[in-house]
Amino acid sequence: MAVKVISPGLSTTVQDLGRPGYYHLGIPLSGGMDRFSLRAANMLVGNDEGAAVLEAVFLGPELEFTAPATVAVTGGDLPPKVNGEERSGWEAFPVKAGDRLSFGFLKSGARIYIAVSGGIDVPLKLGSRSTYTLGALGGHEGRALQAGDELPIGASAAAGGGSVPSNLRRQPGNPAELRMLPGLYWHRITADAGRRFFADTWKVAPEADRIGYRFRGGTPLDFVPRKQPFGAGSNPSNIVDACYPYGSIQVPGGTEPIVLHRDAVSGGGYMMVGTVISADMDLIGQLQPHMPARFVEVTMEQALAARADRAAALQRVRAHLGR
Amino acid sequence: MSIRFSFGGDEHIFAEVSEEMSLEAFFTSLSMTNAVRAASIRGVTEICPANASFQIKFDPDQIKPDDLLKELQSMEGAAAKSDASLKTRIMEVPVFYQDPWTHETLMRFRERHQDPKSTDLEYAAAVNGLGSVEEFVKAHSSQPWFVSMVGFVAGLPFLYQMVERKRQLEVPKYLRPRTDTPKLTVGHGGCFSCIYSVRGAGGYQMFGITPMPIYDPNQKVSYLQDEMCFFRPGDIVKWKPITRDEYDAALEEVEANRFEPLIRDCTFSLSDFNRDIDGTNTKLMEVLHGR
Repeated sequence: MAVKVISPGLSTTVQDLGRPGYYHLGIPLSGGMDRFSLRAANMLVGNDEGAAVLEAVFLGPELEFTAPATVAVTGGDLPPKVNGEERSGWEAFPVKAGDRLSFGFLKSGARIYIAVSGGIDVPLKLGSRSTYTLGALGGHEGRALQAGDELPIGASAAAGGGSVPSNLRRQPGNPAELRMLPGLYWHRITADAGRRFFADTWKVAPEADRIGYRFRGGTPLDFVPRKQPFGAGSNPSNIVDACYPYGSIQVPGGTEPIVLHRDAVSGGGYMMVGTVISADMDLIGQLQPHMPARFVEVTMEQALAARADRAAALQRVRAHLGR
Repeated sequence: MSIRFSFGGDEHIFAEVSEEMSLEAFFTSLSMTNAVRAASIRGVTEICPANASFQIKFDPDQIKPDDLLKELQSMEGAAAKSDASLKTRIMEVPVFYQDPWTHETLMRFRERHQDPKSTDLEYAAAVNGLGSVEEFVKAHSSQPWFVSMVGFVAGLPFLYQMVERKRQLEVPKYLRPRTDTPKLTVGHGGCFSCIYSVRGAGGYQMFGITPMPIYDPNQKVSYLQDEMCFFRPGDIVKWKPITRDEYDAALEEVEANRFEPLIRDCTFSLSDFNRDIDGTNTKLMEVLHGR
């Protein structure tokens, strides 16, 4: 069983839950940007939640199946079609040998997850099937899909089926609210700059990808004056190159915050003002350029409560599908 | 040196050993991360040493952030007292300085540079008060460098020059980062040199290129079959300036998968180094060249 790529979409990659354990070498986690949707897609087709799926951004691919399978598409609202006939998102549907899966136009969100019963069976690299394109590692030949690629599909273990109703899903608000824990080098900016950082409405910049999301339109940050430490570099936003947490918000030159995501660069020389909490990382993966967003200050206690909320939301999907 | 801890969201603890770079700060970071690894703390998923800081990633479903923080703080005293020495490797990295590929790239991004009328090397020589590019290349390549961090992208080493501070080369990063850097470019920003392991964006000044692969996701390169990434924190690197002909010859060896980097085991003691920098480096060079 295989899936043939007729057209690849804008940037479609194989992703699972990622590749932990190599960040100290600069090899990031990778994996689905919206892990909730990735897990739900796998549940719908009867896969393990962490099986490899396809992640497509903005534009869907066109795929042809060489054998019957169960398919589900979750994430953003990009209507799937089988042989031109529309299917529902967030719902399992069958395909036959020779069927073609294509997509309409994106209505909301940014990324979809296409799960096929049996999972995308590309080789494991450092324990994961996820694609890390910058390092040409994992997935299908370490890169985004191209027309003519053929992806092996594993043997299906369990029967899929069912759908996830919209009240069990989650979408970014308008403006999107990204909860963040201030810290790291927050002390480098003035109290006024800190207040404006939270008060301003930012906009997702066109430079938004799996490495990080850039935001613009807010007030540039003022820094607390200091003599730059040896080795840091001359700009007040420079630090001696350090590690970057996933979700950390760096502000090069104090102008445009960048939130690092699943394909994060593991370190560098720009100060970070805090970190988007784990519960809101999935949301970022569904933001389109030009969408408004705000950063909302939370405490560690609130971050952990939000994390528990997300785990409970996932548990509700499992219960609903009887997984 | 008192470590400044800060939470990076609900999954990371970020620890700054020192605001400024020094080998002392690097060794404290290294001994802290070694101690955390040895302690096998439940819930710790990633341990990342950096130049003068480090980062621990954890699963807050398995360990409370405050409990992990307390545990890390309790290790601080022991790390500060630990003997700053290591068994490590010294290796030679050939560099073709002023190569045509980084030259072509730096010319394309001139409007992002402090001094659009000069090359990166000319600028680096000038800001370090050296009379010529040749003098700068000599200053860059005559003494060894310490790998004080691996990261940014897969397998990229940050290198810290093993000379007293007043002789250390410092060059600002580009005003705005480039969107392109040739693979295996030898770059420099702040006090750090680096080797770009993959092609991509970058803000460091570009000095030259090495023919020697340092990252291989396919694990086909003979010396990268066990580890995809060549460098580890604590490695010691000696740049070897090479000509175009030597570069081409080395590249042929690489393509035939016959290239073998010159690597020797060695020991390094920070206190010996601080007592006698030139003497320590001379001994390291003897180890490298088997004398």
